[in-house]
Amino acid sequence: MSLLKIENLHAAIDGKEILRGIDLEIGAGEIHAIMGPNGSGKSTLSYVLAGRPGYDVTAGSVTFQGKDLLTLEANERANEGIFLAFQYPVEIPGVAGMTFLRESYNAKLRYQGEAEVDAMQFLKMVRAKAKTLNMNDDMLKRPVNVGFSGGEKKRNEILQMAVLEPTLAVLDETDSGLDIDALKLVSEGVNALRSAGRSMLIITHYQRLLNYIQPDYVHVLAHGRIQRSGGKELALELEASGYAEYAEEAA
Amino acid sequence: MSATAETVDQVKDLTADKYKYGFSTDIEMEFAPKGLNEDIIRFISAKKDEPEWMLEWRLKAYRHWLTMEAPNWAKVGYPEINYQDVYYYAAPKNMEDGPKSLDEVDPELLKTYEKLGIPLLEQELLAGVVAVDAVFDSVSVATTYKAKLTEMGVIFCPISEAVRQYPEMVKKYLGSVVPYSDNYFATLNSAVFTDGSFVYVPKGLRCPMELSTYFRINAENTGQFERTLIIADEGAYVSYLEGCTAPQRDENQLHAAVVELVTLDNAEIKYSTVQNWYPGDETGKGGIYNFVTKRGACRGANSKISWTQVETGSAITWKYPSCILQGDNSVGEFYSVAITNNAQQADTGTKMIHLGKNTRSTIISKGISAGRADNTYRGLVKVMPKANGARNFTQCDSLLIGDKCGAHTVPYIESRNPSARIEHEATTSKISDDQLFYCMQRGLSAEDAVGVIVNGFCKEVMKNLPMEFAVEAQKLIGISLEGSVG
Repeated sequence: MSLLKIENLHAAIDGKEILRGIDLEIGAGEIHAIMGPNGSGKSTLSYVLAGRPGYDVTAGSVTFQGKDLLTLEANERANEGIFLAFQYPVEIPGVAGMTFLRESYNAKLRYQGEAEVDAMQFLKMVRAKAKTLNMNDDMLKRPVNVGFSGGEKKRNEILQMAVLEPTLAVLDETDSGLDIDALKLVSEGVNALRSAGRSMLIITHYQRLLNYIQPDYVHVLAHGRIQRSGGKELALELEASGYAEYAEEAA
Repeated sequence: MSATAETVDQVKDLTADKYKYGFSTDIEMEFAPKGLNEDIIRFISAKKDEPEWMLEWRLKAYRHWLTMEAPNWAKVGYPEINYQDVYYYAAPKNMEDGPKSLDEVDPELLKTYEKLGIPLLEQELLAGVVAVDAVFDSVSVATTYKAKLTEMGVIFCPISEAVRQYPEMVKKYLGSVVPYSDNYFATLNSAVFTDGSFVYVPKGLRCPMELSTYFRINAENTGQFERTLIIADEGAYVSYLEGCTAPQRDENQLHAAVVELVTLDNAEIKYSTVQNWYPGDETGKGGIYNFVTKRGACRGANSKISWTQVETGSAITWKYPSCILQGDNSVGEFYSVAITNNAQQADTGTKMIHLGKNTRSTIISKGISAGRADNTYRGLVKVMPKANGARNFTQCDSLLIGDKCGAHTVPYIESRNPSARIEHEATTSKISDDQLFYCMQRGLSAEDAVGVIVNGFCKEVMKNLPMEFAVEAQKLIGISLEGSVG
């Protein structure tokens, strides 16, 4: 059985239809990349999966681990194991990253009916995780994302992902705004988190991220539909030919 | 309706009766007859076994009060209060003579405090470092740790006891910061005050434990008029905590307290309040009218007074803890978090009056408004001609949750000295959908997300609270904002 099954998904923002019938299946441990031109609905798909208010599903279904995802609140989806690495991580002034992450972690434990961890236990665990990612946890002492560089923000997302251990990670344009060194560091982090029990949906405009994070499948999204699917070689093809053909097709 | 809004509504239903301190205690009470007149004041004075001069002072205040009118400049609205419909004295009956020790305290009353989380019994307190004076309606119930404090020369007792035991000191300082004629509510308090705490910290002593008072209004239709007087003698230091709760009642209850602080040369008082009086229900029915005058005088050179308040309760808050910076190089601080939800109204802030040279003041105010609430910061910074080199820094931040609430900032700045430096910063912001979604995507419920964001917003103030209060205050912020998003 697939981990995530999207069938004929239609979604609109303020009455304007953005997703026009998406079909996608992701199996356990698989890495799927979604590529596409600007405005094709890539970020919308990630928000719809994460349950962002204001994104109205008008038709279709999404099943996650056998559950109807669309009936769940954003926090419930998170606690079920869906993690969204944001394209633009949000600042939360005055809240130390460590505190924020501990609240999140404990929310998940509560959801699962388990006992919460205390500050000391948690600190130890985070340090260990950061070490495996070759990151240090200094940025968790600062308020969440406040005054962070682009690279720090994305690294912070990956560190959060490592701690929260999602079953499905959706990475929304994680490469945007990163220089090549930061891109490498972040990709290494993501690769370190690959496992048989964790699937990923990587949303990107450019192929370059896929040089570092090798997907099992590549899909081309344009005009709210998946136009083509293939293996990782599809990304290279797109890099050479661009998205022009998909622009014409719809016109 | 979106799924989020639905959840919030469900949560709202569950938490309609969420004021967890809203129980009342069934104890036989003794009341003075309802209403206010000279006989009632004589009754209170006699109950407290007061000397003649105290009664005279009360009567002077009462006669002055009759000539005054209630202030109407604050941005709060409420029906006129019928001062004849209030009990001015209510005391648990079997405590008429005052308990001699904790063993004599009504076990029902101790249970009440237990429910409130105040460990009154000394053996329990041995683990902590807090001395508590608990005031239940009009009477101080118990002052813990008294012996130990006395040994060090610290006086910490109900003010009615101080009037009898230390009349010279009370005469010297009572009304010296907030005169009996100061304002409508302070004058009323001067006439009818029933209990409160008295603290004297002797020269050079750093009081090693936090002193704490817990106020609770229990009886129906009862006003609580406590009076607190704290004196830190030369070089002394004391940290004082004050917490407040009241049962959930449909009528409004009046709380008009006066707090006076005095610091002499090189002395410091840190005064922290967590105010959680019953705020009324969602529709604005019931709740405490919290009309309080708090003022500190930095009389001595290099002295310091620091007010920290977390105000989450009360239907109406009208409160301006202030500092009169008389001594050269004296320092005044005001750190405030004021949260209003549903139909609550708060008009709160501070006054910093710079009289001495090189006096400094800092004001950090965080106002959070949700529901249909109105939240006003009102503050005065005044620099007098002799206050050469005076400095003030003010930061007022307002946070709005939803689109039916209001935040207002009303700063008054008066400088009569050209060398003064005064800075004022103010911001108003809303909790953004982006922030809420980000938190929820990390697993937090909408309510918890608001709690986290608001706690971050208040951090500069919260870090000034003593440790044991900070944790409680943090939780309180979450509770008081329940049902505020959607």
